Amino acid sequence: MPTSKSEPAQSPGAHGSGGPFHDLAVIGAGPGGLAAAVTAADLGLRCVLVDAGRSTGGQFYRHPAPGLGAARPDRLHHGWSVYTGLSDRLAAHRAAGRVELLTGHQVWALERAGDGDWRLHATTGPDAEDRTTVRAAAVLLATGAYERQLPFPGWTLPGVVTAGGAQAMLKAGLVLPGRRIVVAGSGPLLLAAASSLVTAGAEVPAVVEATAYLGYARRPGVLAAVPAKLVEGAGHGSALLRHGVRLRPRSAVVEAHGTDRVTAVTVARLDAQWRPVPGSERRIACDALAVGHGLIPQIELATELGAATRTTPDGTAALKVDARLRTTVPGLWAAGEACGVGGADLAIAEGELAAHAVADRPVRAALLRRRSRLRAFAELMAAAHRPGPGWTEWLREDTDVCRCEEVPAGRIKEAVGELGAGDARTVKLLTRAGMGWCQGRMCGSAVACLAGGADGAEVRPDSRPFSCPVPLGQLAAERDDLGDPDGPDDRGHRAEQDHQDHQDDRQDR
Amino acid sequence: MRRTRTPAELVRAEPGPAHTIDFDGRPVPALPGQTIAAALWADGVLAWRTTRVGGKPRGAFCGIGACFDCLATVDGRPNQRTCLLPAEPGTTVTTQEGHGRADLEV
Repeated sequence: MPTSKSEPAQSPGAHGSGGPFHDLAVIGAGPGGLAAAVTAADLGLRCVLVDAGRSTGGQFYRHPAPGLGAARPDRLHHGWSVYTGLSDRLAAHRAAGRVELLTGHQVWALERAGDGDWRLHATTGPDAEDRTTVRAAAVLLATGAYERQLPFPGWTLPGVVTAGGAQAMLKAGLVLPGRRIVVAGSGPLLLAAASSLVTAGAEVPAVVEATAYLGYARRPGVLAAVPAKLVEGAGHGSALLRHGVRLRPRSAVVEAHGTDRVTAVTVARLDAQWRPVPGSERRIACDALAVGHGLIPQIELATELGAATRTTPDGTAALKVDARLRTTVPGLWAAGEACGVGGADLAIAEGELAAHAVADRPVRAALLRRRSRLRAFAELMAAAHRPGPGWTEWLREDTDVCRCEEVPAGRIKEAVGELGAGDARTVKLLTRAGMGWCQGRMCGSAVACLAGGADGAEVRPDSRPFSCPVPLGQLAAERDDLGDPDGPDDRGHRAEQDHQDHQDDRQDR
Repeated sequence: MRRTRTPAELVRAEPGPAHTIDFDGRPVPALPGQTIAAALWADGVLAWRTTRVGGKPRGAFCGIGACFDCLATVDGRPNQRTCLLPAEPGTTVTTQEGHGRADLEV
């Protein structure tokens, strides 16, 4: 990276001293972050709202760029008016100077400086060559989630995309990966994705869901408490029915076929442990496959600071928060998916709650009740869609598990079985699985499972000192202008320490 | 009876005038506001990178900038996430082979 590119960002006030001061920095401008920022501003806090994307809305309210001139963006969304309501409030607060919006800013590290304030280190610009530091007294993480993937033979073929990716490309770019798209995996996102795809003109020959959907019925009281969720589900269901989409429960895509792109998939029935049932395979022709197995909270910024996590019923690590959405790190709050995946309505409720907590203001009892109801529903959904351990049986020795480093299942099994690797970190050091560009986001769950993570065991987050790839020039510049070199959380030292840990691991072997 | 429709028809899009980007030497249409990956999908292109080890074709996978599978060489710069980069008029996209830095090899 040309180091000179970082020069323009070093204007006075841009960083160094940390820039203009804010009472609250909200990271993530999706439903939770938007609700938090506008509520905090309503309560008199000076806020900065930071997001990596080009506009607000996050993944849920992702929408066409203005240049596409969409007159009816609501047709690709559930609850679009909620987003426009939040957007209008944000616009009013921005006009009055109460909220600063920073889009195109990817926060890669949080640091508590010696003066007690937070510094948010962010990259900007197309090559992440420019940088900014944002300064605030409190930080609220509304960083959302990314999709969990379980590999299968052929999943690296072009035309195999994530269910959320198909949604995102459709909502933002008005494009489809093919004409005949199989939707597969597990979780409520599959129905939403399939419903969007058929409404936008694609043919969806099947929605393949690994669970039986019976998990929901076990706690009818929880379901009855959130009627809006039933209406939303019924909406997706009726769209699928209208377009003749077949739902295949207790089944999975166990292979994608094709040479240069996907041309068909093999679907097999699964037993209760997600083991493919021999002899149940059938082939479905398609030119694209949208696949995902639930969502994983995006929490690296907090876990790197030592924030405690909990294991969700579907086996992901989420931030542990108290009733006022405080993480275990003083001055750090979280809302929405970061506290456990639960959807946009829950994220909005938690964003509002967290804003009240940061402002130290009382909260309406109705809001607290709403949050509890939605959170209970989220835990129920998570339990219903928990992956069974038998999925590894559909892997072949040569199935790439790590897409970035092209590490096949056979090498990972060898690391575990013959070389004695007992966790994902050791597998990574032995095989490079999880060491590539995506930082293990795509293969992390699968590798942890293959490394023998017992079903039901506590899930520990990966250590990732930087939450996204950062050019080395930025780190060098960061050291030059650390406001307080004796501060308690010197990032440079942390990075160095992490490097040392890796060295030690290698020597141990 | 199913009526075939497009995403643009669904949201009643009336985009600004289309322009073109250059993909491996041929023009590919793009609408204002679309990313490079979206313009390529709209043209039926699903792969614009080959992997470092196996030389296998890859394109957009996660669509939100998390997986880095959609990397390509854009205007001469390798390793650009095409699902995030806008397709500007005249943008040149080249299928990236491996790490995209063959010029640095000795």
